[in-house]
Amino acid sequence: MAKQYDLNDDSVVVVIGSGAGGGTLGTELALKGIDTVILEAGGRHEIDDFENDEWGNFGKISWLDKRTTSGSWRVANDFSGLPAWIVKAVGGSTVHWAGASLRFQDYEFKAKTTYGDIDGASLLDWPLTLAELEPYYDKAEDRMGVTRTHGIEGLPGNNNFKVMKAGADKLGYKNCHTGRMAINSASRDGRPACSQVGFCFQGCKFGAKWSTLYAEIPKGEQTGKLEVRPNSQVLMIEHDDSGKVNAVVYADKDGNQQRQKARAVCVAGNSIESPRLLLNSASSLFPDGLANSSGQVGKNYMRHMTGSVYAVFDKPVRMYRGTTMAGIITDESVNDPARGFVGGYEMETLALGVPFMAAFLNPGAWGREFTAAMDMYENMAGMWLVGEDMPQESNAITLHDSEKDQYGLAVPNVHFDDHANDIAMRNHAYQQGSAVYNAVGATQTYPTPPYPSTHNLGTNRMSEKPEQGVVNKWGQSHDIANLFVSDGSQFTTGGAENPTLTIVTLALRQADYIAEQMSQKAI
Amino acid sequence: MNTIPNMNFSRRRFLQTSSAAALVIVGGALINQQEAWGLETKALKPESMQTLIQMARDIFPHDRFADKIYAVAVKGYDDAAVDDEALKGIIEDGISELNQLANNGFDADYINVGWESDRNALLKQVESGPLFQKLRGDLVVSIYNNHDVWAMLGYEGESFSKGGYIERGFNDLEWL
Ligand SMILES: Cc1cc2nc3c(=O)[nH]c(=O)nc-3n(C[C@H](O)[C@H](O)[C@H](O)COP(=O)(O)OP(=O)(O)OC[C@H]3O[C@@H](n4cnc5c(N)ncnc54)[C@H](O)[C@@H]3O)c2cc1C
Ligand code: SF4
Repeated sequence: MAKQYDLNDDSVVVVIGSGAGGGTLGTELALKGIDTVILEAGGRHEIDDFENDEWGNFGKISWLDKRTTSGSWRVANDFSGLPAWIVKAVGGSTVHWAGASLRFQDYEFKAKTTYGDIDGASLLDWPLTLAELEPYYDKAEDRMGVTRTHGIEGLPGNNNFKVMKAGADKLGYKNCHTGRMAINSASRDGRPACSQVGFCFQGCKFGAKWSTLYAEIPKGEQTGKLEVRPNSQVLMIEHDDSGKVNAVVYADKDGNQQRQKARAVCVAGNSIESPRLLLNSASSLFPDGLANSSGQVGKNYMRHMTGSVYAVFDKPVRMYRGTTMAGIITDESVNDPARGFVGGYEMETLALGVPFMAAFLNPGAWGREFTAAMDMYENMAGMWLVGEDMPQESNAITLHDSEKDQYGLAVPNVHFDDHANDIAMRNHAYQQGSAVYNAVGATQTYPTPPYPSTHNLGTNRMSEKPEQGVVNKWGQSHDIANLFVSDGSQFTTGGAENPTLTIVTLALRQADYIAEQMSQKAI
Repeated sequence: MNTIPNMNFSRRRFLQTSSAAALVIVGGALINQQEAWGLETKALKPESMQTLIQMARDIFPHDRFADKIYAVAVKGYDDAAVDDEALKGIIEDGISELNQLANNGFDADYINVGWESDRNALLKQVESGPLFQKLRGDLVVSIYNNHDVWAMLGYEGESFSKGGYIERGFNDLEWL
């Protein structure tokens, strides 16, 4: 049975957030016998609560606390109060994620060396290599049941995939398949095979898709070494006179403040809340915020180069039937500066239902051009374009100087400007995405702008040198030995691949490191 | 929405008709004879409701959609305006402004401007104003979250209770 720990128990490792990073780390620590408390800001919604309804489920579990935006990115104009699409619930964004699980490529860990000096970009090499991560990638893929790895069959292709595949073949692309997906193609790990329901973004009602909510956390709880405390939003991390962190203050479900003592603290609130929490935890000893002697906390915010292409055909496609994202072309995921930009991008099938299509196809649009597209919804195919964006120091999460949240804390402002490299890559991706569909007779193609960010990265980045980043190669903060960052905000650069497999991989590796440091009494 | 069948045709000369739709006003109610529905307003002028319905169609024009789709999408404003003076002001002021522009340009109220392109030109002039902004932002949800609209656009909605599409055509595309 799930354990309950005392607020004054200072032997527990406190993990903040229960998504890809926190949910995996907390479970893995418990499996190693380490007493762990996960504090999760959102509620616990089990599978029965999920709705096959886009707005219905979005309203139920998204992070809708106040946020502000600035910068020239289009999201700041289209969705000024919703810079990112992140889940606030046990399981975090792994409740809504699509399941695409790709490894980084070797050169992507060496972005600075590979791409050289790019004007305006704050590129760095990661302080680790693909070779070092490979054993943990293996472990993560096995755990998540990623198709096309470890002898696991690929998923069957749906209608949206058939269109992509036919176009890719015509265009001469060589690498198009139904993806490496953390979605069961056959029953595995006590969870059934995908029934092609088509509401992956609304939470998988069959549990075929991996999520920390039902595929990790219950295993941790069964050990008797893990407590997950929902509706517990951490407001501040505290430290002792020596500068070691020793407790976190959180608001419980009734809004009352509680203080949980801790032996170590691991921050995994996703790349907007994690730096915000460190900044909001400033003290007289750490006036610029925790772990921020480098001044890099909140900086280098990345969101991937994104965009979509929807295409209309003269016959029905019904793209919404079946897996939301289970089709990929990886041919453009290479570094070929001859295309006019560095880094690569992936092309992945994507389907939206009518409600989200109306909201995202061309935000702000009205009139006949827009409704002509909606009228052809049944005959549409779609893909998402996702590639490496350039880190820029000025793209940053900062504390708003006047706006406060429901707890009286400064809300985060998300500032973002596209880098010239991002724009060149997006234009190329639009052109290639349209070409795929035109090759099989599209009558219209729609280059669709970025949605609120789903891949939020880089705001507590890993660096070899303490002055260049926030954490070391283990996600341990350079400044405070028992303070860790355990989510996508650790990423030094973004790579072209969807980030979650790498987040889980880093969390599994970090769990080993924390266990070792604890047994050596180093923390 | 209350349905008022068997409209008395002899009263037709008292009725104000709109150019684009079969919507008429009788007393405090909006009546659509073809679609056999009626709508009584509580806070807004019936003429304003009629204008909102036309604006909704002009913002998101789908010629296959009956007026009822648009009426359902804007009906909530009348309910909300009962207790919300600010909202009522935004709507009534916005419509007055639109009618003013329509009368200046076309010698007619907005709903009696005959061509959609002319009405679009009028909407362009108020596009950054509070009424248009609110309407467009709300309609993109209220129209496209309507299950009748889903059916017309060929979107089947919820599929879990039917076991997903694994046995129901997830890969039935044959024309490629
Ligand atoms: C629609 C959608 C589709 C996606 N598809 C894919 C995909 O196919 N492949 C892929 O790799 N990635 C995908 N992603 C991205 C993926 O979900 C995220 O990259 C991943 O979940 C991030 O992990 P995380 O641990 O950083 O944060 P999250 O998973 O977001 O978890 C953070 C958790 O921390 C909690 N939290 C935040 N602040 C606090 C606080 N102060 N106190 C307590 N708790 C707090 C939050 O409530 C949340 O539950 C998708 C995302 C979305 C929204
Ligand atoms: S399509 Fe498959 S993975 Fe997606 S929600 Fe349905 S059953 Fe789950």
